[in-house]
Amino acid sequence: MPEVKRYPNRLGIKGWLVGGKWGPERYLYFLHRVTGLGLLLYLLMHIVVVSSRAFGQEQWEWAMGRVSGPVFLVGEFLVFVAFVFHALNGVRLVLVELGILTGKAEDPVFPYRSSVNVQRPFMIVMMILAAILIVLGGYDFFVLVAH
Amino acid sequence: MSMKDTKLWTWHMASGVIILVLLGIHMLAMHMSGVMPLERLNPAGDNPLDWANVVARGREVSQVAGYIFLVGFGLFHGLYGLKNILFELNPAPGLKKLISVVLLLLGLGLFVFGAWSAVAARTMALSVSG
Ligand code: HEM
Ligand code: HEM
Repeated sequence: MPEVKRYPNRLGIKGWLVGGKWGPERYLYFLHRVTGLGLLLYLLMHIVVVSSRAFGQEQWEWAMGRVSGPVFLVGEFLVFVAFVFHALNGVRLVLVELGILTGKAEDPVFPYRSSVNVQRPFMIVMMILAAILIVLGGYDFFVLVAH
Repeated sequence: MSMKDTKLWTWHMASGVIILVLLGIHMLAMHMSGVMPLERLNPAGDNPLDWANVVARGREVSQVAGYIFLVGFGLFHGLYGLKNILFELNPAPGLKKLISVVLLLLGLGLFVFGAWSAVAARTMALSVSG
């Protein structure tokens, strides 16, 4: 394999948020990353917590008792919010990265066409959908289902 | 970027779509039981965490199989994402190797445990009366 030159990642973690003058998608990148890491952390703990159900009702109810109360309630809702955002933004990313929302490459003949005109409205639709689902989930969680 | 990286990236995208379906159902069961009650997901009333609901889901082969896939694809997708984030910070080659090995072992270990617990939960669900 040829030697690959390694460049320093000069912006480091700070560059996740402050990278320069970019459009709204740049901030979605940051949110996608944070929600992805949050969901991962949750999944690692979740696997251990819900394994208690394999040992019977008493163990399950004991484990659920350990993760109840207002802090966990809000935390669990945040997991739901992270899921909704990450999922819908993830669908957008898959469609963009596979080239479906960007169109085929073509000669730059004036007037230039920009894929932003397709991508951006789609992004806005996905985010509106996310907002609706988050409100519905919040209503379910805090109003309809007593925890 | 090697062929292996390209393959893993494709799997990262594909696993995202698979998780979308499986976790979508999971979230319907856990967070939409009031707004959209589905008998199949919560047969024993709208609190999805009631033991009776946990048992009812555990008896369904499709639920158990879904969880095993969700544990596997979820771990791969999340840990591969984490690996990419860490590699972006440009660790030295030795550290890269260590990160890969640690994340791989963590993923495999938790997958075995998670898959076991999904099956054991089904055995438990089938053994309780009612
Ligand atoms: C609900 C369905 C999901 C979809 C459609 C989805 C989609 C995606 C996509 C397309 C990417 C790649 C972004 C890119 O490279 O440009 C990604 C990254 C990531 N995802 Fe997901 N994902 C989902 C669920 C999850 C879950 C459940 C977790 C946690 C276990 C997770 C953790 C991550 C992480 C850590 C990254 C890396 C973020 C980064 O590099 O900035 N995702 N996701
Ligand atoms: C925050 C809201 C969530 C709640 C209330 C919740 C609840 C539960 C419950 C009660 C179970 C036990 C199985 C059953 O009763 O059917 C379970 C299993 C599981 N959940 Fe969740 N969950 C949540 C979020 C998530 C997320 C975000 C993920 C993925 C990243 C996830 C992945 C899983 C997996 C893989 C299992 C099966 C684990 C195994 O059998 O080893 N859950 N969940």
